[in-house]
Amino acid sequence: MDIRTPVPEIYGGIRDQYRDLWNKQIETLKGKFASSIEDVLHPDQYPTDVPIIYVNKASIVEVLKFIKEASGFDYHFLADLTATDEEVSPRFEIVYQLLCQATRARIRVKVRVEENASIPTIVSLWPAANWPEREVYDMFGVQFEGHPDLRRILMDERWVGHPLRKDYPLRGYQIFPEPMPVQAHLLEGSPNAEK
Amino acid sequence: MQKNNQFNLGPAEQHYHIEHDPDDLWSDSRVIVNVGPTHPAMHGALRMVAKMNGETIEKSYCEFGFTHRAKEKLGENRTYHQFVVYTDRLNYCSALLNNVTYAMSVERLLGVQVPERATWIRMICAELARIIDHFICIGISAVDLGAFSFFLYGFHQREEAYTLIERLCGARLTTSYTRIGGLMYDAPEGWEKDVKSWTERTLKVLTEMDNLLTGNKIWHQRTKGVGVFNKEDCLKYSFTGPSARAAGIDFDLRRDQPMMFYKDIEFDVPVAQNGDVFDRYLVRLEEIKQSLAIIRQCCDRLKPGPIWSEDKRVRIPEKELVHNSMEGLIHHFKFFMTGFDVPQGEAYTTMEAANGELGFYIVSKGGPKAHRMRIRGPSVYHFQALSPMAEGEKLADMVATLGSINVIAGELDR
Repeated sequence: MDIRTPVPEIYGGIRDQYRDLWNKQIETLKGKFASSIEDVLHPDQYPTDVPIIYVNKASIVEVLKFIKEASGFDYHFLADLTATDEEVSPRFEIVYQLLCQATRARIRVKVRVEENASIPTIVSLWPAANWPEREVYDMFGVQFEGHPDLRRILMDERWVGHPLRKDYPLRGYQIFPEPMPVQAHLLEGSPNAEK
Repeated sequence: MQKNNQFNLGPAEQHYHIEHDPDDLWSDSRVIVNVGPTHPAMHGALRMVAKMNGETIEKSYCEFGFTHRAKEKLGENRTYHQFVVYTDRLNYCSALLNNVTYAMSVERLLGVQVPERATWIRMICAELARIIDHFICIGISAVDLGAFSFFLYGFHQREEAYTLIERLCGARLTTSYTRIGGLMYDAPEGWEKDVKSWTERTLKVLTEMDNLLTGNKIWHQRTKGVGVFNKEDCLKYSFTGPSARAAGIDFDLRRDQPMMFYKDIEFDVPVAQNGDVFDRYLVRLEEIKQSLAIIRQCCDRLKPGPIWSEDKRVRIPEKELVHNSMEGLIHHFKFFMTGFDVPQGEAYTTMEAANGELGFYIVSKGGPKAHRMRIRGPSVYHFQALSPMAEGEKLADMVATLGSINVIAGELDR
């Protein structure tokens, strides 16, 4: 059921260009991770620009590692990591936007997470996921297991609540007269440990 | 400073000895330096706290969010039309680019096609914004390192570009020029001729700027081999745009995932290899030249025609109709009070912005407001890499590095 008029070419009408590639990839994934793939929304059936692959929370790192490194996939570029508040039982969906710079194809992986549940971090695959995961924690309150430095990022660390949840009020201001002091414990450790 | 610091360094040989002992300059004398949030060397309200060993940064962490305005939350609470003005304040150095990308992302969900003239004007706008952003980036990073006149050359052309934008939409910085399905105003008569003559003048100034700084010995010493981030690191940290191309990643969304009419335009994508501050400067300088070429081609192809889609859902009714007919008045009222419905669906629309991949991930569940409005600003990923880039470097080189990745607090904090 496609309720949209077809996406015009000038907005990057990529559906026809990548249909074969995506179909092949989805087949491979379904064969290899039969128990981990919960659902696949293909642009032919659902109004989305690229296929959405719903992955089981427990095997997200494994599946993303495969999508990142396996030949025929090679989605080695994490374009974005974010979340949505769906207001139904698995409350949050963590969204991974992936890009393959060789074929220029994009794909979207989603994981459903319950409220107050946690999800494995993917910082080991992409160090770039560090701050976006912190942002998801800050804005939605989703915990990331094994994250090296899970603190609030945009809001003050004394903030109460998670602003992008749908039940957070639009004007839920909180005022802190004193700025956050320097946190010396973050400066411990050997030099160039991360580089 | 702690009490047990001993400053009796002695003869010059000991200085050389110190150079080779990075772990322990003066025994137990690490100093914590706080730079920002309001500091002239930080570009916007950013903060870096660094543990220093002499002049060298040993370990650091960065903070941002001081200008957080909850844009993503506002995106869920404003109609698609109302959100246009908020996109100006993302990367305020290239507001038009944000406007264009946002409009495209909503049009993509709606399936609305924009007329040809509007698309060409949007492309000119996007490239003008890119040139302005690059002028600011290379100009200000040169000022940080002491090259002041170079900055003034660029800023003169930048002001003229803002005057061209002012003729287009009446505003210089916060343009809000695009509408869903078209543009707010048509370009005035003769505008494209003025843009073309501006590109010729800018090309001359650019050559002067190139001669002024690119071969300068001090500039080389301050920028070559500084803030190096190689290809692998760039991929790990999701670098995009000029910063990634300076490290040898040959990827440009304008060429590789072309939107609008970029397919029909001839331009080169400059790529450098070293990934240091100097290469980022060179890539940006060359990109300005390419953008000028794109603008010239767009101006040649600009033909008279409509600038708004005929689609009644997104088109704001003409004032003539609003004042003289009941239908027009109701349409106007409904458009501004309730907004238009976007059908269910989701799309991640990206555009090569001045700093890299600017993306709008919009999830619609129907209705006039988005369910989720995610803004992917390139600066978030670039600023995240500042700490690993700066570690082991001098504090003054951190300033050069920060200037070269062009972190804009507006799109960082959103």
